[in-house]
Amino acid sequence: MRRLNWERVVSILLISPAAIATAIFVYGFIGWTAYASLTKWDKLFPDFTLVGLSNYRKLFANQRFQIDLRNTVVFTVLFLISCLLIGFLLAFLLDQRIKGEGIFRSIYLFPMSISFIVTGVVWRWLLNPGSPEMGSTGVNLLFDMVGLGFLKTGWYTDPKIGIMAVAIAATWQMSGYTMAMYLAGLRAIPDELREAARVDGASELQIVRHILLPLLRPVTLSAVIVLGHISLKIYDLIVAMTGPGIGFSTDVPAYFMWDTTFRGNHFSRGAAIAIILLLMVAVLVVPYLVHSIRAEAEL
Amino acid sequence: MKKLVSLLMIVAVLAVFVPTAFAAPPAQAGQDYIVLAGDWLAKIADKYLGNPYAWPAMMALTNQKHLTDSSYAKIINADLIEPGWKLYVPSAEEAEAFLATYDKNKPEMLYATGAKGQLVVGSWWTAGGEAEGLNGMFKIYETKYPDVEIVNATVAGGAGTNFKAVLATRLIGGDPPDTFQLHAGLEVETYSPEQYLEPLDDIYASEGLETVFPADLLTLLKYKDHYWGVPVNIHRSNVLWYDKAVFEANGLTPPTNFDEFFAVCEALKAKGIAPYVMGTKDGWEAAHIFEDVLAGTLGAEKYKGLWTGATPWTDPGVTQALENFKKMIGYANDDHPALTWDGAGEYLIAGKGGMMIMGDWTDGWFQSKNYTGYGWAPPPGTQGIFVALSDTFALPKNAPNAENARNWLKVCGSLEGQEAFNPQKGSICARTDCDPTLFNEYLQSAMVDWSKDAIVPSVMHGAAAVESWVTDYKDAITLFVTSGDVATTQAALQQACVDAGICQ
Repeated sequence: MRRLNWERVVSILLISPAAIATAIFVYGFIGWTAYASLTKWDKLFPDFTLVGLSNYRKLFANQRFQIDLRNTVVFTVLFLISCLLIGFLLAFLLDQRIKGEGIFRSIYLFPMSISFIVTGVVWRWLLNPGSPEMGSTGVNLLFDMVGLGFLKTGWYTDPKIGIMAVAIAATWQMSGYTMAMYLAGLRAIPDELREAARVDGASELQIVRHILLPLLRPVTLSAVIVLGHISLKIYDLIVAMTGPGIGFSTDVPAYFMWDTTFRGNHFSRGAAIAIILLLMVAVLVVPYLVHSIRAEAEL
Repeated sequence: MKKLVSLLMIVAVLAVFVPTAFAAPPAQAGQDYIVLAGDWLAKIADKYLGNPYAWPAMMALTNQKHLTDSSYAKIINADLIEPGWKLYVPSAEEAEAFLATYDKNKPEMLYATGAKGQLVVGSWWTAGGEAEGLNGMFKIYETKYPDVEIVNATVAGGAGTNFKAVLATRLIGGDPPDTFQLHAGLEVETYSPEQYLEPLDDIYASEGLETVFPADLLTLLKYKDHYWGVPVNIHRSNVLWYDKAVFEANGLTPPTNFDEFFAVCEALKAKGIAPYVMGTKDGWEAAHIFEDVLAGTLGAEKYKGLWTGATPWTDPGVTQALENFKKMIGYANDDHPALTWDGAGEYLIAGKGGMMIMGDWTDGWFQSKNYTGYGWAPPPGTQGIFVALSDTFALPKNAPNAENARNWLKVCGSLEGQEAFNPQKGSICARTDCDPTLFNEYLQSAMVDWSKDAIVPSVMHGAAAVESWVTDYKDAITLFVTSGDVATTQAALQQACVDAGICQ
């Protein structure tokens, strides 16, 4: 062990306020939530009788929670795939040294600077289907006007596709961000590689497939991590846009957690949902953290 | 050199933790300040104390000065100060001393203590007619007890959710407000009344309240053989609103049972009018409508039994109610998941919808939209049934000013108090002897029903069941709206009753 010299003391002193705060307000409360999830706290006043894992058992048998998990999977898959595809496409197009690149870049990035609440309200109006009696509204009205009436759907009022409508709004907001990540990645790839491939007679498609995409893999991984944890934790967009939706078609675990805890006083059930959410995010993030820490150690 | 740099860094870090001491301008003695146009408390606090968050100290100490010197203003609402008011700007030490003990969940600290102490009234009535009604009752209290300082400890947001969280903390901490708002009925169980509340039987006796409230309401207010709250108002959950012009044009009359209801629906559907409209965006609306369908299908006694265990949820009547509700949803507007209840009301205003079922706050909303062509009737099957919800005030154990609180509860139950509150709030009196001429046409008709109908508790609004049961019930109905699966839903409703500890 190294000797505790002055410099070490200083660095420990400087780090300790943040470390202590994190220990209490992050890890302490995670532990507290985990403990609460094992108790019988089912009304406004706490009841810390331990009941083991029964809150979790009941939760997984709960129909609403099952729908929530399915919604989360559908939403995450749709949101990730569409963000990555659109983001990459936009980045690839912008990388063609077009005129006015700065303007386009800003336009695509702007949605990200808006809060999910604003996005939610705007898309709630846009995707409000209207009704035969009161007339179509939003996007459906647009379809009517250009003669594409057969494309009209119930959007988030249709229990089968409700969560997809939310994914559309989320994609609109976050694909610009994905584009920015990819654009930075593309700019870091030396032109010589593409030149060499062209000299060897590769088509543009082959260049994308065999050169750009493999070299962009770290970018894709980061994007998946960032977008993935946003989609698992999504809450504000749901609140502003649809609420739990018809038959919980747009409900997500985070919304259920809030609803059951603060409206229904099922505090231990809410804590159990919080812990499950934490585990889901951990499954996604921890391997990435381990990977990147190892990579740093190797450098 | 390196050591010096490190030392400076430590000092810098420490400075972050003791910011006010360094940031405030040189200390000065307290001084008076006359409010100018465009001032607000935080702005003045920032200017004189170097900290906008020091405004509570200014408010509290100004109110303290007001007690002995009325040239100082009395600040009732922190967001409302008038030009020309004389405020007291405390010295930095005075402000710091106050802020060190100030707790923002205890708004009474902002008010001075009068000769007879304070009355801290906790509620979530922060805006509009309900806040005006509450002020009306405060005025009556002030004329009777001028020495008591009233503190309006409202907590905004979440239909009372935020308020209840603050209240629970204060009750557990043995530091309650003097009186607080509570839905009539089983919501009282949430607060473990025997542990945290005072029974109010003596006030009921001394004020003769048992003779002026309907018997059904008294049963509803009793929990474990005691009264725990004094009701100030009544809202009705079961009202069928319809557009008079649409009904007249089609030669229809308001339906009284489900067969008539569906016949009206068919007739309106054929005319291209949405027969029955609802908005279900926020989840509770469908559950609200279903409680009225339950009452209309089962009748008053069996409906009440659902919440006490006397009627099993496996009863064929519940199956029938679910079938009725399913058929109703079949006639509903396509976009109901996108709308809140007032969004659905727009159909009636536009003359594009026939009927909707919603509580009687709809009346006030219609009026605010200058819509007068609406009529009302009980929803199918609920003639002679009044599905009620009510707000009461309760008295916690160890209330700091219990005597003042008791006087407040007497005002709440009095004719004078209820007549001041209810016309503003758009509800009717819990008492049956209020003067009808103070109320509008709808409320007058509700008052007549209130005095003669069978009164049953609303579920969705806290009267019939504990909140944990209510949310489980609500979730089952939300699923039913799309699934239409009667058997599964009935099983889920039964399970909710078992989880609540009422059914076996």
